[in-house]
Amino acid sequence: MNRYSFWVPSTLLFVALASHFQTNGEADIASSIAKVDTLPARFGFGRPATGAEITRLDIDVRPDGKGLPPGQGQVAIGRQIFATKCVACHGTVGGPNGSLVTTTNPDRKRPEKTIGNYWPYATTVFDYIRRAMPFSQPGSLTNDEVYHLTAYLLQANGIIDEKTLINAQTLPRVVMPAQKLFVPDDRKGGPEIK
Amino acid sequence: MKKIRIQLEQLTNRISRRTMLGGAATAAVALVQTASGKTIQQGVSLNELLPEDPTKQIGTLAGEVGTRSAFEKVVKKPSDISSRSPLQDFYGIITPSDLHFERHHAGVPAIDPAKHELLIHGLVDKPLVFTVADLKRFPSVSRIAFLECSGNFRGGKETLSPQEICGLTSQSEWTGVKLSTLFREVGVKPNASWFLAEGSDTAIMTRSVPVKKGWDDAIVAYAQNGEALRPEQGYPVRLFLSGWEGNTSVKWLRRLELSDQPFMTREETSKYTEPIKDGKYRQFSFDIDARSIITYPTYPKTVEKGWIEIRGLAWSGRGKVVRVEVSTDAGKSWQLATLQDPILDKAHTAFRYVWNWNGTETEIMSRVTDETGYVQPTFAQLAKARGTDNGGYHFNPITAWQLKPDGRVLHRPDNLR
Repeated sequence: MNRYSFWVPSTLLFVALASHFQTNGEADIASSIAKVDTLPARFGFGRPATGAEITRLDIDVRPDGKGLPPGQGQVAIGRQIFATKCVACHGTVGGPNGSLVTTTNPDRKRPEKTIGNYWPYATTVFDYIRRAMPFSQPGSLTNDEVYHLTAYLLQANGIIDEKTLINAQTLPRVVMPAQKLFVPDDRKGGPEIK
Repeated sequence: MKKIRIQLEQLTNRISRRTMLGGAATAAVALVQTASGKTIQQGVSLNELLPEDPTKQIGTLAGEVGTRSAFEKVVKKPSDISSRSPLQDFYGIITPSDLHFERHHAGVPAIDPAKHELLIHGLVDKPLVFTVADLKRFPSVSRIAFLECSGNFRGGKETLSPQEICGLTSQSEWTGVKLSTLFREVGVKPNASWFLAEGSDTAIMTRSVPVKKGWDDAIVAYAQNGEALRPEQGYPVRLFLSGWEGNTSVKWLRRLELSDQPFMTREETSKYTEPIKDGKYRQFSFDIDARSIITYPTYPKTVEKGWIEIRGLAWSGRGKVVRVEVSTDAGKSWQLATLQDPILDKAHTAFRYVWNWNGTETEIMSRVTDETGYVQPTFAQLAKARGTDNGGYHFNPITAWQLKPDGRVLHRPDNLR
């Protein structure tokens, strides 16, 4: 703060002269005015979030299972829910709006990217269904329904068997085949093309 | 006789969608009073509205909102999930807000700004809720920067315009509060390494972002080109991460959660990831690599032999554009293009190169170099580096245009495999 005090009077003088002579010296003025940081540590704007409103909005689920709600899913029930609430867009196995289970010939040069061969974390299936599906009625499924659907889709992709129950403990432990395929971005600019 | 009562504002302001689609024959919809006194809408041709001499007839009076000339038919090109900016029709570097590209995952939500709030919680000392009015009280910042969807590539055929090839990039002046200001306000804990950004659309779109970007230059933006954000760009509040793939700049922002790990949402795992070699897929590819494209002359325009000013845009998510080169002989030799000021960090930069075409068939193309020394690659270089299973994300090859002796300009497709 002290090192700026010398500059203040001369700065004021310069501003006064500049305005008097109608000069176009904006840049010079700006560079000669000592900048004093007036920012407070905190402004005090906003209000404290209540626990209830955080709980209402905090619907995300992490790969370690943090965020998964109580409830449990069974493959057979999930299959029934899929047939009533998902099949219109996704078809019975796959469909036009994002392949969920691969239906194409594996010999094809460019295989479809599905939950079974491309989704690296099983928790993402739960998180995405709960947040965004069904497309026309997002948020309409109960947590149990989301668990059932997650179980069915994992089974349909050959990742779990018909009997496996899916819940907050078992879902994070499901290892997806694609997890080992993903690597972090290593592009850094410069001459190398990556 | 029908008495035509033309409301002047309708000349440009209220052209119906049907009229627009009707093409050149109909320029405006006027209210027409029939003999029975009933008022109906009727299409009126531009010629009927135009005075023979504009200096002899009083013009439109001052209005509340300006309009685009009825002669200008500049439009985005929509699909079900996105709408592409008409790059070939732009002048300068700012994208008119209503022509900024759109990409959303479940439509554009209608949000009342008086009811919208942003919650910041997780690994913070003090979880807080901010209204839009709260956000506007904080010190504001503005920056001019591009925003590009990382899935911004189309190819494969000759009849493609710049809009169709890479119209998912646009540029605005974005104004808002620095995210670092909000981070200080809530007291982000030292062990927070990522944050989740969540939108208020029906996709409740989420992305994980490293906390470092939040401290560096992230903005919680509420304005675009001098006015409130357009709904398509996130009204009333969006995240803006300059230089990063557009999907991370989450629109209709309602929540930020600080965490010690990424959340692995759908949009950062099964989408927005791209194949590289050996069956591997790259994840969290945030930076937009440098890219340029000639926007004139391009398909579907035609040209004449003689002097042509080749024009285009260049940008990099890693900093400033330092050089754009143009080739008029299919890449055999390159000449420096002139860069138009301002040359801004992580911003579309205009370039031009004046050339005398002798009328023989050739190909023209541009390549940009950014301040990291990265030179925009050819399609073949990208395929060599990443393999041939190119998903389209972060695909920024040199774009070539064929000039035919009859004056036609066609895109030159590269073969995917």
